Amino acid sequence: MIVDLNSFISKEQPYWDELTALLRNYDENVGYCPTLEEAKRFYYLYQRTSADLVKLNTFASEVETVRYLERLVAKAYSRLHESGGEKIPLKPLQWLTKTFPSTFRRHWKAFVISFTGFLAGASFGAGVLAVDYTLKDRFVPPQFPHLREKPSKRVEREEKQDFDAFQGRHAFSSELMTHNAKVTTLLMVSGFLWGIFTLTLLFGNGQILGFVIYDYLRDGQGEFLTAWLLPHGSIEIPALLLGGQAGLMIAYAMFGWGTNLRLRQRFERIRGDLITLIAGATLLLIWAGIVESFLSQYHAPSFYPWKIGFGLVQLCSLVLYLGLSGREKTQLQKTT
Amino acid sequence: MLGKTNALKVQTAEGVSFCVPIASPFSRCLALAIDIAVIIGLTILATTVIDILQTIAETVPQIGGILIDFGTGAAIILQFVIATFYGIITEWLWSGQTLGKRIFRLRVIDERGLSLSLKQILIRNIFRLLDMLPSTFYLIGGVSCLLTPKCQRTGDLAAGTLVIRESEVPAPSYNEPLEKEENSFSTVPHLEARLRHRTSPDEARIALDAITRRSELNPESRLLIFSEIADYFREISEFPDKITVGLSDEQYVRNVVDTIFRKVSI
Repeated sequence: MIVDLNSFISKEQPYWDELTALLRNYDENVGYCPTLEEAKRFYYLYQRTSADLVKLNTFASEVETVRYLERLVAKAYSRLHESGGEKIPLKPLQWLTKTFPSTFRRHWKAFVISFTGFLAGASFGAGVLAVDYTLKDRFVPPQFPHLREKPSKRVEREEKQDFDAFQGRHAFSSELMTHNAKVTTLLMVSGFLWGIFTLTLLFGNGQILGFVIYDYLRDGQGEFLTAWLLPHGSIEIPALLLGGQAGLMIAYAMFGWGTNLRLRQRFERIRGDLITLIAGATLLLIWAGIVESFLSQYHAPSFYPWKIGFGLVQLCSLVLYLGLSGREKTQLQKTT
Repeated sequence: MLGKTNALKVQTAEGVSFCVPIASPFSRCLALAIDIAVIIGLTILATTVIDILQTIAETVPQIGGILIDFGTGAAIILQFVIATFYGIITEWLWSGQTLGKRIFRLRVIDERGLSLSLKQILIRNIFRLLDMLPSTFYLIGGVSCLLTPKCQRTGDLAAGTLVIRESEVPAPSYNEPLEKEENSFSTVPHLEARLRHRTSPDEARIALDAITRRSELNPESRLLIFSEIADYFREISEFPDKITVGLSDEQYVRNVVDTIFRKVSI
């Protein structure tokens, strides 16, 4: 049966034009919220255009009109069925006190694996140096040439040096923040390669730390090392581990063990948690960057106990925060 | 490129099916080049402004040095922020489009044809760090685009998104091609009725498609196609020579389409 296309189009065209105008209006006015009447009209137009598309597909199969209506229906469909429907969450206090720590706890197994990978790297770095100290030069990455020199020499030099609390500190701090944020993000996204690259990166970072710790302890510079690394490391290393945790969550989703869900659905489940973890890690890294730049590099021996104390308090606070903050009372406690 | 599809087929809850064309890797590369140029431009602009402020700060006694250092730090942070948040902010504000995508009429949508959520935008942009590897050569993203059926980079796979082409298709109107010239067949209405009776819907559709899409054909193909269609309709119709003489093949088919579509309604 052949549709009288001319009369069909002239009858329906006004509705299509109206829908096109509404869509253009939504496109041009970001964040525009239609009234209930407008929304109802939009839905009616969408349904009517969809019905026109079905009619044309069934009766006439006219290529140009079908193509035109497909684009129109696709746009309206996309606008109508928001996949998330969420607005930008503006509850920073709730996010900090509840969402972030509880997300961390929900995926604690991934964190344990991340920590284990890092620890294995650190043990390997220290172990290799313990077996053959001549391998030290091979371990030092090119971006850390200062680690090549004997620790006691560096300590002697640093302790004599004047510390200008401001000169060059802002730029150094910014570099640290952005670099560490990139590394942490890379730890996360590389989980997409089934976690192999995430674990390799964790192992590699741990290996450098293990090597540095062994080198300084062997040279009797334990106090300097602790005062140097603990103030910022107590935040920076957990932040890196959080990146690793997120990466391993992605790896788990890639493997899809124990679930029949498709890859898209598996990722849909963890998407919010990934963003929470990486945002939390970034916040921690901003703080770590400030501490490393303005405090960690201050090497006056009389100040070591304060720096170590500060680092310990910070580490304990972080453990308590991630472990306890935002914990729900159990149903039993609520009823009693 | 094996198993590649060039369209996303969506079936709505209302039972309506439609196809959305997927963007090619080439057009995505061009859009990316524009975006990179914009990011570089914004970075240069931001650092220039900071440079000017630093020059002014130099004249401030006592704290001039601190302000200059602060400016350098701010420039580093700004470069990072611009590179990271350019894609996130533009895709959020323009419903899945960056400037490059807007110019090349591309748009990021959900894999199911829906609008993007903020989480999806964040994830696909965070994953850019992986797609860019090694260094900034976009090798991982490029290989992923070439290997996946819907041309998705790893960020798209993780976020459940894909990039589509958004070509504007004008609403077709049949008045123009059909009304321009007089239809000589209309002088013999009984023969027109016989033609309509003998023409199947598929044949009518082929003739109409040929007329409405004639401008898309190259001259040789156009002559060949209209010759074949006209020959077929000459065989099944009985129009006398006096009204068909001098008609080109294309004109003959135009008359056939006019006869079929203008005079019949459901």
